[in-house]
Amino acid sequence: MTTSPANKRVPPEMKKGPQQNTLMVSYLIHHLRVFIASLGDLSRHPMATLMTTAVIAIALALPAGLYLALNNISGLSAGWDGSTQISLFLHTKVSEKKAQKFASRLRLHKEIDKVKLISKDQGLEQFRKISGFGGALEFLDDNPLPIVLVVQPVVDPQRPDKISHLVKQLEEEKLVELAQLDVQWVKRLYSLLEIAHRGIWIVGSLLGLAVLLVIGNTIRLDIQNRRAEIEVAKLIGASNAFIRRPFLYTGLWYGLIGGFMAWLLTAVSLSFLEGPVQKLAVLYHSTFRLSGLEGDHILVLIGISCGLGLLGSWLAVGRHLSEIEPS
Amino acid sequence: MIHFDQVSKRYPGGHEALSRVSFRLGRGKMAYLTGHSGAGKSTLLKLIALIERPSRGQIILDGVNLSQISNRRVPYVRRNIGIVFQNHHLLYDRPVFDNVAMPLVIQGYRHKEIKSRVRAALDQVGLLKKERSEPITLSGGEQQRVGIARAIVHKPALLLADEPTGNLDPELSLEIMQLFARFNQVGTSVLIASHDLDLIAQIGAPMLSLKDGMVIHDDITRKQTGAA
Repeated sequence: MTTSPANKRVPPEMKKGPQQNTLMVSYLIHHLRVFIASLGDLSRHPMATLMTTAVIAIALALPAGLYLALNNISGLSAGWDGSTQISLFLHTKVSEKKAQKFASRLRLHKEIDKVKLISKDQGLEQFRKISGFGGALEFLDDNPLPIVLVVQPVVDPQRPDKISHLVKQLEEEKLVELAQLDVQWVKRLYSLLEIAHRGIWIVGSLLGLAVLLVIGNTIRLDIQNRRAEIEVAKLIGASNAFIRRPFLYTGLWYGLIGGFMAWLLTAVSLSFLEGPVQKLAVLYHSTFRLSGLEGDHILVLIGISCGLGLLGSWLAVGRHLSEIEPS
Repeated sequence: MIHFDQVSKRYPGGHEALSRVSFRLGRGKMAYLTGHSGAGKSTLLKLIALIERPSRGQIILDGVNLSQISNRRVPYVRRNIGIVFQNHHLLYDRPVFDNVAMPLVIQGYRHKEIKSRVRAALDQVGLLKKERSEPITLSGGEQQRVGIARAIVHKPALLLADEPTGNLDPELSLEIMQLFARFNQVGTSVLIASHDLDLIAQIGAPMLSLKDGMVIHDDITRKQTGAA
């Protein structure tokens, strides 16, 4: 190597890259260019792109649809919660007047919606009608039935435990002998919904993994197809980040398009179901309406999709790019 | 520019491609690397371009010890080198212009500058009219010249060529070699691997000859030490 100072000086045009102050701008322009170019690459193979994004869309629309269904059922069951009742059997000695007073006191309770009083006579009448033991009752000289207060609690669908708390509270009242709540079916429904919820998480995670693999595999093939280009780029001084970038953006595009298509799929499916559901609701005298994906949900869906696209391509690029070295 | 100090390269499997090679190539100098195929010419060029790493010894390139360059820094070393390959390594999915522009795109040049520099490079190799052509439609000699334009478009301090005339007839080969000599005249250091001794004799540049991985003839180091 020469040591004379004259030779140490590098001619300026030999080492000079782009100017420093424009470096940031050109970096951003480069990113934008790669972002758009990778979309251009995808549009050059429309069928392949469509198939890949369709797989992503279906894989994401399925859990999104299940989530929607669950959401709608939860909304529906919240309507049914109106039929949750607590029966308060008062002590037999309690007079009708006292019971009335007690009932009006209960009506002020903020967790109680309605209170209906069933007097001893009404009770007897009902019993006679329903049980078929009417004849047996003739032999009794006294009415053995207590006054019953039917309490309709305010239902918070998020907090089914609130009702049992209310039952306990009512049981402690002096006039009450027994408080009975037919809460079993509500509990069953909630645990079913809980299971369904978890199920959706499982299905969603598995399908998310599938999306990751689909994108990873697509990017892997893409890398193999562009092997020559990657080799040449490495030989002429491309950094790994430079080579990685178009693949990452391709993954992002797959995710973005796939997520958008998944949203469309759920929306179309929903509108397909809306008519019959509406008819059914009318038959049940319900004002129930199917609710679709709203703003936040759509953003989350597309966000997850983009994230999976980016992650899938990142994993593929990380694994396969280092294998390609010029030789 | 290039300084090899007792460099050996042993490939996995035990084959020693280079053994204790030492030489110096001064800045702005040009030399031919000769020897039969298998003598270690390609390996020597690969060591300079950091495609391979030496098993022993040191290589100093432009004042930088290559053994201290981490894999992450390798691209930045390569940006100061232009490499011409025997089989061109052109990309056939894009026109000539895009092929030549690659080094500039990688280094983040602005669009306008890329345009003027690619045109200048193509002009130097006499292919300005072919900038929109697809590489596959060009002759072997033209493809090689595109490869050369790509190697010099970013004005590297060092130009390496591995059998650049391997597939060309003698007339075209001479033309290509003269092209390299022209780049050398404007200050680029040039190292060309070739087994075509007749051609080198025609041009008459200094030689570094290898045989079985060892230096058997060295014009350049002697001249260098004599000059310093």
